[in-house]
Amino acid sequence: MLANTFVYGFVNSIILVLVALGFNLTFGISGVANFAYGALYILGALLSWVFFNTIGLPYLLSVLCAVVLTAVAGELMYRFVLLRIRGMVLSEVIATFGIGLATLELFKYLGFIGFEYSLPVFVDTSIEIGQVVVDMQRVFIVIIGIAMAGFLWFFTHHTRTGLRFRGIAQEERTALSLGINSDRVAMLSVSFGAAYAAIAAIVILPLGTINVEQGYSVLIKALAVCIVGGLGSTGGLVLASFLIGYGQTITVTYLESHWVMLVPLIAILGILIFRPSGLFGEQKELEERI
Amino acid sequence: MRRRKERIDRGIKVRSGDVFALCSWREMLYLAAPRMLPIVGLLVLSLALSVYWQRVLLSVSVFALLAISWDILAQSGMISLGQALFFGSGAYLAGIMNHYWGWPPAVTIPLATIFGGLLCTLLLTPVLRLRGIYFSMVTLVLPLMLVRIVEATRIFGGTEGLSGLASFPTRWVEIYLIIAALLAALFGFRRLMDSDFGLVLKGINDNDRSVMNAGINIYWFKIQALFIASSVGAFAGAFMTHVYLFVGMPVFALDYSILPIAAAVVGGIGTLAGSTLGAFILVPLSEILRGLGGLRIVFYGLFLVIFTVALPEGIFHYVQRKYHQFERWAEVER
Repeated sequence: MLANTFVYGFVNSIILVLVALGFNLTFGISGVANFAYGALYILGALLSWVFFNTIGLPYLLSVLCAVVLTAVAGELMYRFVLLRIRGMVLSEVIATFGIGLATLELFKYLGFIGFEYSLPVFVDTSIEIGQVVVDMQRVFIVIIGIAMAGFLWFFTHHTRTGLRFRGIAQEERTALSLGINSDRVAMLSVSFGAAYAAIAAIVILPLGTINVEQGYSVLIKALAVCIVGGLGSTGGLVLASFLIGYGQTITVTYLESHWVMLVPLIAILGILIFRPSGLFGEQKELEERI
Repeated sequence: MRRRKERIDRGIKVRSGDVFALCSWREMLYLAAPRMLPIVGLLVLSLALSVYWQRVLLSVSVFALLAISWDILAQSGMISLGQALFFGSGAYLAGIMNHYWGWPPAVTIPLATIFGGLLCTLLLTPVLRLRGIYFSMVTLVLPLMLVRIVEATRIFGGTEGLSGLASFPTRWVEIYLIIAALLAALFGFRRLMDSDFGLVLKGINDNDRSVMNAGINIYWFKIQALFIASSVGAFAGAFMTHVYLFVGMPVFALDYSILPIAAAVVGGIGTLAGSTLGAFILVPLSEILRGLGGLRIVFYGLFLVIFTVALPEGIFHYVQRKYHQFERWAEVER
């Protein structure tokens, strides 16, 4: 029981990390709270489903196409909508929320609901860790989650584009004066966030079906993790994911599965009362920004 | 030759801004017409419409109230994405009081308005310190969470809700109650936002730090604004409970959060009249589009995007400008 809770709690926490990474990336760099995040998540999953099942591409290729197309969707969203209203918080929130809502409800209307809309697992076996049986997909989730978080760290610290990302995150005007095109970088950050959403969807969703309602719950999960961790702080994000992830797993095991949704809310309220800036929420500090 | 557009106040606007307005019928009409329009319009509509469209008018007024409540919050610097929280708590409180204790609507609606407002204020007080999107995030999460609580604990009828609640004596009571409430909210809160109290709230929206610097406790003012706005929302919810004779999980639905925002954005943020105008455009439109089913919400979403990008001032500000000013092309001097 205890080992079970430990392992599945770990997997659950990594799922939260995966879900929140993209949202956090976009917000941390461009300051745009992408409320269309859930829609991009579902879009990524559905695109790869369409490429795999309808068009019949090989799985790896369809995943690649889906990720790229979702990133393009994020880019287009920035170029045609967000660019015009950047910096006006109210408009940003309303516009991205509108885009997300329209996309998700359109999917619902088009009838992407049901058991046939599920992505295949990567390898259909399970392994035993200690005395706990874990299917391979969850192992992949952990591996890919850690890899993506690691890649993000490497990317933002050791590549030119990544350093530009941190540049505009830190001080946009100074970055501009050093020849960094802040609109371009912000656009890249939105499309990177979208790509991360698509990858997260493709890795996580084989555990169940592609359910459009998950678009909303994913957004809420990402928001909860980011609020608890402090928006724009990766260390806080990981810690908050583990806090909420284990909280949820313990709730499922020892209470009832209905209460799972309350864990993020309680975490949000608790953190806001005791530490309003989030666990590691020191917005202006360079290291914590991304 | 280069030209630019020039906007100049109409003469009548300038004249009627003065005490001389009282000397001429024309100036008086100029001032009174925009204010009389909603009053007369609502009364005429309530008499002229068929029973079906009267029901539509009811829901228009309810959404207008929600949009007004959203606008009050937005003017005080709080962007709410969860009007359903206010609506739902008012609806549930009225339903509970009627179902378990058998109180009539005349008692439940006022009580649900006040206690719904208090409840929402209490729920949101811990997060009032948050600014901008952080506050929005929590308001988005709260109604969705409350649905889960009702579902999980099976309180208040659980997934089936409470049905068989008391109704209003006649449909005329229904319609004139909501029209009176809408007009009172529209004109009353407009006055409130123009008073010193409203000035502080708007100041918080513009620059909360400098309002703090002026020695004003902004949290107390935010709490008051929140109470006002959530009471308006809770009233709408309590009213709808006694119209539908039912309260259940749908009262926390996303519709009640989205449509008010869409109405305020389409109509124009910052004037309560704009929100009302938006509701009067969007709700009948969605009624006409009823055949489209789920696509309606897609349209709301698109409206939100198109209006925030293309016409951020909203329809009301546009119309207001045309009413007060005329435009002409003028040459640019070199």
